[in-house]
Amino acid sequence: MNIILSNSSGIPIFEQIEKAIKEAIFSNELKEEEMLPSVRNLANELKISFLTVKRAYDELEQAGFIKTVQGKGSFVAPKNLELIKEEKLKEIQDHIEKIYKISKIADISEDEVKELFKMIFEEEI
Amino acid sequence: MENNIELKNVLKKYNDFELKNISFNVPQGCIVGLIGENGAGKTTTIKSILNITKSEGTVKIFGKDSKKNEKEIKEETGVVLDDSFLSEYLTAKQVNSIMKDFYKNWNENKYINLLKQFNLPTDKLIKDFSSGMKMKLKIATAISHNPKLLILDEPTSGLDPVVRNEILDIFRKYIEEDETRSILLSTHITTDLEHISDYIVFIEKGKIIFDLPTDELLENYGIIKCSKDDFTKLDENDYITYKKGKYQYEVLTKDKSVIKNKYNLMTIDKPSIEDIMLFYIKGEK
Repeated sequence: MNIILSNSSGIPIFEQIEKAIKEAIFSNELKEEEMLPSVRNLANELKISFLTVKRAYDELEQAGFIKTVQGKGSFVAPKNLELIKEEKLKEIQDHIEKIYKISKIADISEDEVKELFKMIFEEEI
Repeated sequence: MENNIELKNVLKKYNDFELKNISFNVPQGCIVGLIGENGAGKTTTIKSILNITKSEGTVKIFGKDSKKNEKEIKEETGVVLDDSFLSEYLTAKQVNSIMKDFYKNWNENKYINLLKQFNLPTDKLIKDFSSGMKMKLKIATAISHNPKLLILDEPTSGLDPVVRNEILDIFRKYIEEDETRSILLSTHITTDLEHISDYIVFIEKGKIIFDLPTDELLENYGIIKCSKDDFTKLDENDYITYKKGKYQYEVLTKDKSVIKNKYNLMTIDKPSIEDIMLFYIKGEK
């Protein structure tokens, strides 16, 4: 698994870790029931605070991607396809919002955007 | 989380200096950095914890009163102070024979392995060691009785970046080996703390200015850079201190997201711990 952190991206470090682990789960690099590194071990490897990693793990657990067993460690939760779809839909929504903003600035109509969409989807097929 | 160290209202008066009601905790599994200017009270705080300096207030280590249970506590604590406690006319090997009698739990094998790991010669007089080697020897000596707590005063000052990083790695490994351990270290090299500490306690003129998680300082704090006009629009409650320059105002804020939402077009930089410290000491309000 790769976790590449940037200090200048403006995205909080815990979010960057969260995202990297999610990606590893989506791509099946981290498999169901696989054990994650301990919080302290990951903090040491990334040379950041233990609390930052803990926060990332807590958020991942709350969202249902991992589960923590007291005294044993954290593990990848059984794959929940609904959860993955929801996550990806949220990502798509973010992108669409950006498209919307750009279209407003340049006064591009909804139909013109839809036309572009259609074109891209058809091209792929 | 349980605390390995708890300080409550620790007070110490000297003629020209006063430690005022110092309270903070060092939780298990955490590395806590103590920062401040020279003479701010870092060493006095550490010496109060170790009962080297008599002070008022309560210090609990492993949940026990530090004055009543001193012997028991010291058996489980590793200490590195600024002034060397080893004679310069000893070799690392001789240190081993002295320490064996000193600590019940002294682990000779561990010590020898650490010397190897740190590339320290066993038969050379300590006086011929470089300062980096001396510090590594002090740390090896401090952790070879498997203490639960490690307290260090300025362990990285005066050392080059490569050795400093080696020393930080030793600390990381020490804490990872057993997560009920803790480290308290004082330093004025704050960049070291950005990569190792979980909490930072900032002392200035004998008082605690803040005691915060490192990531909160690095992620939430921000330096606003703006014109004089923009500065006058800032609500006084939204910043801590400011520095007035000829061409720009620099303003320290606790929460850059508040500023981003409330004001338009402000340039906000991510501060280093050193920046934050300087704003507290030198900034105006």
